[in-house]
Order: sequence, then C-alpha cells, then structure tokens
Amino acid sequence: MPEPAATSVVRVHGLVSRFGAQVVHDGLDMEVRSNEIFGVVGGSGTGKSVLLRTILGLRRPDAGTVELYGKDVQELAAADRSSLVQSYGVTFQNGALISSLTVAQNVQLPLREYHPMSEETLDELAELNLALVGLPRDAGTKYPSQLSGGMVKRAALARALSLEPKLLFLDEPTAGLDPISAAAFDELLLYLHSQLRLTVVMITHDLDTLFRTCNRVGVIVDGRMITDTLEGMLQNQNAWIHEYFHGPRARAAEKGAHG
Amino acid sequence: MTVLKLEGEGDDWRLRLDGDWSLAAMAQIETQLRALPGGLHGTLNCDWSRAEDPGIGPAWALLTRLDGIGAQHFDVRHTGDPPHFLELLQKLRDYAQAAPAAPEAAPSLERSVSEVGRWAVLQGAEGRAVIGFFGRLVTVLRESFSRPRALRPSSLARHIYETGITAIPIVSLIAFLISVIVAYLGAQQLGKFGADIFVVDLVTISVLREMGVLLTAIIVAGRSGSAFAAEIGVMQLNEETDALRAMGMNPIELLVVPRLLALVIALPLLTVIADAMGLAGGGLLSLLNLHIPLPQFISRLRESLSPTTFWAGMVKAPVFAVLIAMVGTYRGMQVRESARELGRLTTVAVVQSIFMVILADALFAVLFVQIDF
Repeated sequence: MPEPAATSVVRVHGLVSRFGAQVVHDGLDMEVRSNEIFGVVGGSGTGKSVLLRTILGLRRPDAGTVELYGKDVQELAAADRSSLVQSYGVTFQNGALISSLTVAQNVQLPLREYHPMSEETLDELAELNLALVGLPRDAGTKYPSQLSGGMVKRAALARALSLEPKLLFLDEPTAGLDPISAAAFDELLLYLHSQLRLTVVMITHDLDTLFRTCNRVGVIVDGRMITDTLEGMLQNQNAWIHEYFHGPRARAAEKGAHG
Repeated sequence: MTVLKLEGEGDDWRLRLDGDWSLAAMAQIETQLRALPGGLHGTLNCDWSRAEDPGIGPAWALLTRLDGIGAQHFDVRHTGDPPHFLELLQKLRDYAQAAPAAPEAAPSLERSVSEVGRWAVLQGAEGRAVIGFFGRLVTVLRESFSRPRALRPSSLARHIYETGITAIPIVSLIAFLISVIVAYLGAQQLGKFGADIFVVDLVTISVLREMGVLLTAIIVAGRSGSAFAAEIGVMQLNEETDALRAMGMNPIELLVVPRLLALVIALPLLTVIADAMGLAGGGLLSLLNLHIPLPQFISRLRESLSPTTFWAGMVKAPVFAVLIAMVGTYRGMQVRESARELGRLTTVAVVQSIFMVILADALFAVLFVQIDF
C-alpha cells in the first residue's frame, strides 16, 4: 500500500485558553498529519478535554487558531460548518449515547439527519456499523443503560463512524475498561485505522493504548504541547515527560508493547 | 448521478457501477439496487472502475443486495480497483450471516393480549412499590425522631428555605389576585339583592376554608414536587443514591425525610400568608368597589368567622404537604437509566401530586360536612 502524502489534518496554532485568571493553554501548537494515530497526554487539569472541545468548535479560543483540513473552525459559515462536522467522528469520555434511543437508533441518528434513505437501508447500515466495531447483532435493540462499559465505548465508536469520517477524535476511549476489553479496543482501533484509512486523535491516560497504537504523541506541559514519536519521548529530558514515560507503569506498558 | 447497469445473460453477468457512490447518494443507490432482478446464477463481475468516491455504506448495501439476488450457484467478483475496505465488508457479511437473526415479533392479537397482561402486572408491582415506599418512610421517620441528629437540621433548613421562603412572593400574589376575583364576581351577584356586605362572608369563608390552602398546595406541588423529583432523579442517574447506600446511609433518611419535614413545616406557614393576602385582597376590593370601610370589613369578618373556619383550612396543609413530598420524592427515586425517564417522572410527579391534593381536599370537604366542622 503506498503511503499517502502526510498532509496536515488538524492544525492548532498559538492556542490560549483561560478560565478566569487561570491560564490552561499558553500558546499551544499542535499538528496532526493524515493517516496517523496521534495521542494527546498530560496530567490532570492540563486541558486535554478543553483542547478537544476547542478543536471541535464547542469552545471559542481566547487566542490562536484551529484549522481542520486547512479551514479555520471559527471563521466558517453555517453551511460549511455542517459539512465539516460530517467529516469527523467524535466519541466522548462516557460514550454520550442518547439514553432514550436504542443503540441502533443512536448509530442511525447522524445518518437520518444528513442522508435521506429508507428504513431498511438504515437498519442495514446500523448492522454494518455495529459489526465494524465488533458488537453482537442483538446489541442494536438494547438501550445504552443495558450495555456494559466496553460495549458503550464500542457503540459510541459505531456512532462516530456512521457518517464514514476520515478523522476520528476519541476522548479517553479505554478509560474505565478492564485490561482485556481495553486491549481489544486497541486492536479494533488499529484494525479500523488500517482498513478504513482513518486519522485518529486520541486523548488517553492509558499507557498500554499509547504504546500499542500511537504513531506520535503530544504531551501538554506548562500550557504548551511537546510533540514527538514515542521513541523520541522516551529520550526527552523534561521532568514531567520523563516521569510519565519512565514511571513504573510506563515501563510495564512498554515491555508489553515490544516484548 | 449514480448509475448501476446490469448486462449479460445466462451464466455471465456484468454489473457496472458509475457516478457518485458516496453515502450522500444513498437514496438513489438503494432505489437502483432494489430494481435489480433476482434469481441470477453463474458469475457476476462487479466493475468498480467508474464509481466515484465509493462509501462504506453504499458498498455494504450492494453486498447485501448481491447476496439477496443470487440463486444457489452465484459467484460475485469485484474488479476495476474495488475500494480498499471491501475485503473487510465481505468478512463482516459472513459474520453477520452466521449470527442469529433477531427474534420475530409475535402476532398482533397475542401481542395486544400480552400487552394488557404486562400492564396489569406492572400496575400491581407499582401498587406494591408505593406501599413499600410508604412503609419504609414511616419506619425511617420513627427512627429519625428517636435520634435527632438523623433529622439533619441543615438540610431541613435548606429545604424550608427553598420550598417555603422562596415561594412567598408567588403564593402571596396568587392568593391576593384570586380573592380579588372572588370578591369582584361575588359583589356583582350579591349586589342584585342589595346584600353587598355578604361579600365579606364570601371572601372570608372561601379563602380561609378552601382557597388559601388549596392554591398554596397546588403552587407548591408545581414548584417543589417537580424539584424533588428532578433532584432525586438526577442523583439516581449519577448513582449518587447507590453511593449513599454503599456508604451505609439510607437515601430515604438523607433525601426524603428532610424534604418531607420541610414541606410539612413550610406549607402551613405559606397557607397563613396566603390567607392573610387573600383577606387583604378582599378588603381592598370591598373598600374600592363596594365602599365598605376597613373597620366595617373587619367587624363583619369577625362576625362571619366561626371558631373552626381558620382551622378547617389549616389542618389540611400538613396533609397536602405529606402528599406532595411523598409523590415527588417517590417519583424521583423511580428514575432509572435515561434522561427521558427523568422528564416523564417529573411530569408524573407534578400531575399526580396536584391530583392527590384535590382528591384529598374533596374527601376533607365531605368529612367536614359530616362532622359539622
């Protein structure tokens, strides 16, 4: 398979985020290239979720720009915004499945909104998306509250994939999962990444996931982002990064990924 | 423009995909797929070379349809640079076909009969649950009174403030306006007989015996009944009540009892305010509209009152308070699973508590007539 040219899909420049007197991001730069799995890490309170919300246009940056596919998210007209929204999929930390709809209806929700088609086709596509994320067929008729944590994450991924995006944002996709489910989710993500040629931006605390899946990692330190490959990060001398990638948990995860 | 062309005959078929094959063209694609004839056999060559921007959904729909139109010996090949995900989709198709289909729905008669049965069973369970809730509440209340710390004074104060003090403006305003309306309409009718002065009796008795307490209870049911249900409901959704239980605390003691007691204290006090505002409204209208001076209004008011008039209204207040608090908190505790449940049960809480208040008021009316109170 020829490697596609590495164009930049997400580009954040000079982002400043403030909450009152507290400055979370202070001139943060970030670039995600097409077809990579980009991990975002950082300590609690360093603004990982704020960064994601800003990229998605859910929060206005106090300064700086966010570009998706070379378009400034803040400057878009409503019509362009709608097509931009359709070009990426998002999963939230707790799944954020609509609790009054079944899993299948959750998956069909964006399809119904943007593409007219018959009920049978909608059912077929729901079945497809559930199969893509490895959910059993009967999961479609269940309500989110009837699913286990791992299934909720998968169902959220199915909904994120339903519009066939090329770009995925995942917020803590393996948080709260047991190691086996989390590892299965990693494999699923890698498989979908290679089969559907996705670009993935993932916020994660899970070192195993990080070592298993990510091509490059961005670490938020002191309001800025340090981006490097995993090998590069292991050499980094920044105190927090060193602690993060050389702590007892990191060593075990690294061993697991390479051994 | 999407085009799907089937060519060939006998054992040799060619399917040409042309034009837009993205998800956006799904409506056209499905119409054309449905138009394909069934019962084909032999081989089919699916030519993707002219399909633009092929999407996963359309490809999936195509594969599903191709499985449907083939007879026993039907071999599909994909040529002309098929999309990269086709292999994955074919694997998923095999997986989907191997998986058991969803169970079929029962015939409609059977279903409607079982629907009735299910409803009856649910109602029975609901009745039992209400009685169980009441029983637990009474037990917890008895325990709480023997152990004053369990009454949670700070929580109680907060709820008295929220259900009582913040309700004073709206309760006053409504009591005032309603008694003005009663006095005004009463004056028109009684004026025909030259019995203007009996407007005072009308206002006094209706406000003190009925209107004051009933209106207050309905307003409080709308304000606090819904608040109780929503607050406790959200706590249920967040598993906060489970957390309390796991820490060995009783959610009924922590959440239900303070609200119940707060309302039992606040509602009678609000009723006193509503009574006073109602009488003030009647007095003001009598003065302006009927030219009855205030001293005369007050002396007439004294004459019209029997010793029980005020208390006939007041005794109902704590009963209404218990009903409102119980319905609101019970519905809140029932919330499970979804945001929609929360909305539904909050609505149910308000409607039912207003209904219960009016029903209880009717029973009181009959009772008071019977015992000549």
